[in-house]
Amino acid sequence: MAIITYREALNQALSEEIERDENVILLGEEVAQFKGSYKVSEGMLEKYGPKKIIDTPISEAAFSGLAVGAAMMGMRPVVEFMFWSFCYVAFDQIFNNAASVRYMSGGLINVPIVFRGPANGGTNVGATHSHTPENFIANTPGLKVICPSTPADAKGMLKSAIRDNDPVCVMENTILYNMKDDVPEDNEFLIPLGKANVLREGADISIIAHGKAVHTSLEAASVLEEKHNINAEVIDLRSIRPLDVETILQSVKKTNRVLLVEENKPFCGVGAQISYLIQDRAFDFLDAPIKRVSAVDAPQAYSKALENAQIPDHNCVIASALTIL
Amino acid sequence: MEGLYHDATLEESDVKNKNDTDTNTSTPKHDTSSKPEVNFAESACNLTLSTSSKIDLLTQMVRIRRFEERSLRAYQQGHIGGFLHLYIGQEAVAVGSVSAMGQDDHIITAYRDHGHALAVGMDMDECMAELFGKKTGCSKGKGGSMHFFAPDKNFWGGHGIVGGQTPLGLGMAFALKQGGKKGACLCYMGDGATNQGPFYESLNLASLWNLPVIYIIENNGYSMGTAESRHSAGEPLARRGEAFDIDWSVTEGHNIYEVRDTITNALEQAHKDCRPSVLEINTYRYRGHSVADPDQTYRSKEEIEEYKKNKDPISIFKDQLIQEGVISDEQITDIDIKAKDEAEASAEFALASPYPDPSELMDHIYWETDNPSESKSEGTMFFELPKSNL
Repeated sequence: MAIITYREALNQALSEEIERDENVILLGEEVAQFKGSYKVSEGMLEKYGPKKIIDTPISEAAFSGLAVGAAMMGMRPVVEFMFWSFCYVAFDQIFNNAASVRYMSGGLINVPIVFRGPANGGTNVGATHSHTPENFIANTPGLKVICPSTPADAKGMLKSAIRDNDPVCVMENTILYNMKDDVPEDNEFLIPLGKANVLREGADISIIAHGKAVHTSLEAASVLEEKHNINAEVIDLRSIRPLDVETILQSVKKTNRVLLVEENKPFCGVGAQISYLIQDRAFDFLDAPIKRVSAVDAPQAYSKALENAQIPDHNCVIASALTIL
Repeated sequence: MEGLYHDATLEESDVKNKNDTDTNTSTPKHDTSSKPEVNFAESACNLTLSTSSKIDLLTQMVRIRRFEERSLRAYQQGHIGGFLHLYIGQEAVAVGSVSAMGQDDHIITAYRDHGHALAVGMDMDECMAELFGKKTGCSKGKGGSMHFFAPDKNFWGGHGIVGGQTPLGLGMAFALKQGGKKGACLCYMGDGATNQGPFYESLNLASLWNLPVIYIIENNGYSMGTAESRHSAGEPLARRGEAFDIDWSVTEGHNIYEVRDTITNALEQAHKDCRPSVLEINTYRYRGHSVADPDQTYRSKEEIEEYKKNKDPISIFKDQLIQEGVISDEQITDIDIKAKDEAEASAEFALASPYPDPSELMDHIYWETDNPSESKSEGTMFFELPKSNL
């Protein structure tokens, strides 16, 4: 174990997989010479050369599609989006081509590709750079979507994503890039995609979150315990599709109360899906309505004053939890 | 009959003026449209063709036409649903270009893909069964007319979104180069696709990174029902490659020898220099964009008849081979009868084949769910299905 940042954990995962498999490459805007817009790929060009670490023009449709074509031929490209918001100009390549080729070919062709980059608000960059598309990516059969929330998960899940034979979309978070924590140095440290993580055990309420909202939830859980003597269980979904519905249901059956927390927008968001599943499969175990805390349902605002009010903090989580306890 | 490709209302003098302007403002590198008459039968790649290879080229074109005519009948009889984009009239482009490919060359095309599929060697049965939506189809009934694939034959589809395959073809060329293969990717598209943004992004990358991708614009004169003169500024379309320092040319697609000459040269060049090219091949489709589409709203019957009479690629090549003395009328009749029989048999095969079972709906979505023994995500929800299906 070593204490490293989320950013360094991603770098380790990419480096180890590039060394392990000659088919793995990293491409995207500013990933090589510039060392990565967020320095995720720092040092990799020097180490692996321009054939593996490839700077692209600002042409998301072309380089995403190029990577899908190369993946169809057996390569394992990792495509970095400077922001997931920029995937929108490559929509056809991700949603029609990467997601559907396997199905439309009756299983003749695989698309082992990773699309990764930050997908978060909270940095005062306005609506066009703050999208959190995990919900609508998860709405597309054929795509996997994961949201690692810790440095260890970032490493273990990105490595699994690169080795996966299906397209995986990795949603990172610029605010988490500097987070430090223990990360195994093991080259074979792999976290399976689709396994949730119970980060805190509790008996009174299940707080279910993904991405940075996991940390907001943990903070809230501490306050709930200290100030309200409430013992909250906190579940990090880690993966949106596939979804670890078993872990969710087990927790609900234990605590009988559910609070869903996310920085995604609420309308047809991730929480909407999970809420449906819980009422469908564990209705009789619920002692209170399912509650949800999410980003405020407006385009992401620029001003600090507005955006701070838009993304839920631990006080929002506590307040909402108390309404069902 | 160059005006044929334009809106029927365009005066011939307008066309002439437009072309004059083009000539004045461009310095095409490989523009063959203004070349003096060339006898392509005598170009190297065609001179070396054996008699049987020549007969095979004709046979492939006839097979494609008879297959599609039979599929049209099946569509009218209600056996085929959705869209049916027929290639009839364009056969020399797919057959001529595929015949020039080497073992490390790959192809990818758009939704008018039946001709390319048969040209690479897919059999009529699996193609017809796919049109019928049957389990025995090449994509097991999951793809339909627009989504044929045969990766074992270097054929990567069959793509439904106009221009969406242009970055994929680029990726195939990239993978070939990265893997040190001396191959190229033939990426076909229609004239309409030249107005999609990803095409230009792809041209930029292809040239910038020296990728062996050959964009073949099969210009049949219409993007769906919109004539070239109404959808594109600047002619010829291939000249757009010039902005990216990409070699380009214009070829007449009714002459299969000319198509072979163009593609053979482009492939040799791509193998040698690892550079892209843009090849515009003029051709014509006899049927509507999809067969259910009205055909008389944007072009005249006379225009179609004119092409059939003077530029039909199969008739022209038949005459050519007879003139060369490599085939007899009897042999041609025999090829045609066999192609019709093969198409008929494929329709019978498709009709007799079973539909996929509804339980197969969930196959081929994720590699992982198709290979549960190797799954690393046991116990997770990949799909939300009614409880009874779980």
